Amino acid sequence: MSCSELNTEAIERRRRWLSLLAKAPAPRLDSLWQALEPAPSYTILRQPEIGLIMLQGRISGTGAPFCAGEMTVTRAAVRLASGEVGFGYVGGRQAKQAEIVAVIDALGQRDDWRERLEAEIVAPLAREAEARHRLIAARAAATKVEFFTVAREAGT
Amino acid sequence: MSGTSSSLSPGFADPAHDAQRLFRRVLDAFSHPGRIVSLAGAAVGPGTISRATTAYLLTLADRDTPLWLAPAFDRPEVRDYLRFHAGTPMVVSRSEATFAVLRHEDADPFEGFAVGTDTYPDRSATLVIEVPSLDEGPIRLCRGPGIDGEAHLAVAGLDDGFWRQCAANHALFPCGADLVFTSGSSLLALPRSISVEVSPCMSR
Repeated sequence: MSCSELNTEAIERRRRWLSLLAKAPAPRLDSLWQALEPAPSYTILRQPEIGLIMLQGRISGTGAPFCAGEMTVTRAAVRLASGEVGFGYVGGRQAKQAEIVAVIDALGQRDDWRERLEAEIVAPLAREAEARHRLIAARAAATKVEFFTVAREAGT
Repeated sequence: MSGTSSSLSPGFADPAHDAQRLFRRVLDAFSHPGRIVSLAGAAVGPGTISRATTAYLLTLADRDTPLWLAPAFDRPEVRDYLRFHAGTPMVVSRSEATFAVLRHEDADPFEGFAVGTDTYPDRSATLVIEVPSLDEGPIRLCRGPGIDGEAHLAVAGLDDGFWRQCAANHALFPCGADLVFTSGSSLLALPRSISVEVSPCMSR
């Protein structure tokens, strides 16, 4: 494997990337991907396929886990000519996005691609995700009502 | 680095339709014992096992069908490939296997594999045996359901001892193991209900 990253760091980075890539809006990821030159060549190990996964939930983060329901997931796996294998799991029926995520995951294991992908794809997506999160938080904050008779719990 | 492997090769190009098409061919082979069907066009596979064996396992094996591999096939690339694409658990003990892949020269091919019970004859193993050729061996006659009268079987690479064990397996009916012979991308099925003559009926 041509990767010189330390093991835990590499896993942490892949986790962060895969999380951001999976949550990115599909058209936005597609346009960022199209802008990347030259397009790398790869073989598809597992064609994008759609399935269901069971989601688990916990009441208030501490309760016993329970099955909250199923959601649609698309997954794909690719292999680069240099041997790195990448996996893509995204919510919904997004075959193209799952494939792009898998290729980015595979390329991210290569030293010559990692920084470029971080700068050109992952960083913009992280900024946009942050902005979306802020917007939602601001909208929610605007609806906050202060009840003077109810003690507010710490941290809210 | 994490557990990514560089030796993996692609599975079916079109999983749903490829599996359906191949299942139809395998069904054809099992309902006409002795008939050679082609499983061409499917995935190339990991290389150590033939294309027909690869296609057969990708079509039928899944996480509910433990697989036993003969030592010659029990290699990392084969295990990784089948685990990744079919999700098949690999077992060391023959008695736990639903599918087994063997070589034609392996001794005691039936020994230890599940033959089912009278109540549940379906709880038996299917043995996939790789042979040099399906139609160039000595000709033996076979009879049974799916065959109009008798059919000629010319699987190469198997001695009389194998066919004696095969006859003993047939005698267990309704129990017994089912046989599948593969060579290249061709496949021939021999369910336990078929009786095969031990000695060749004519020389070539």
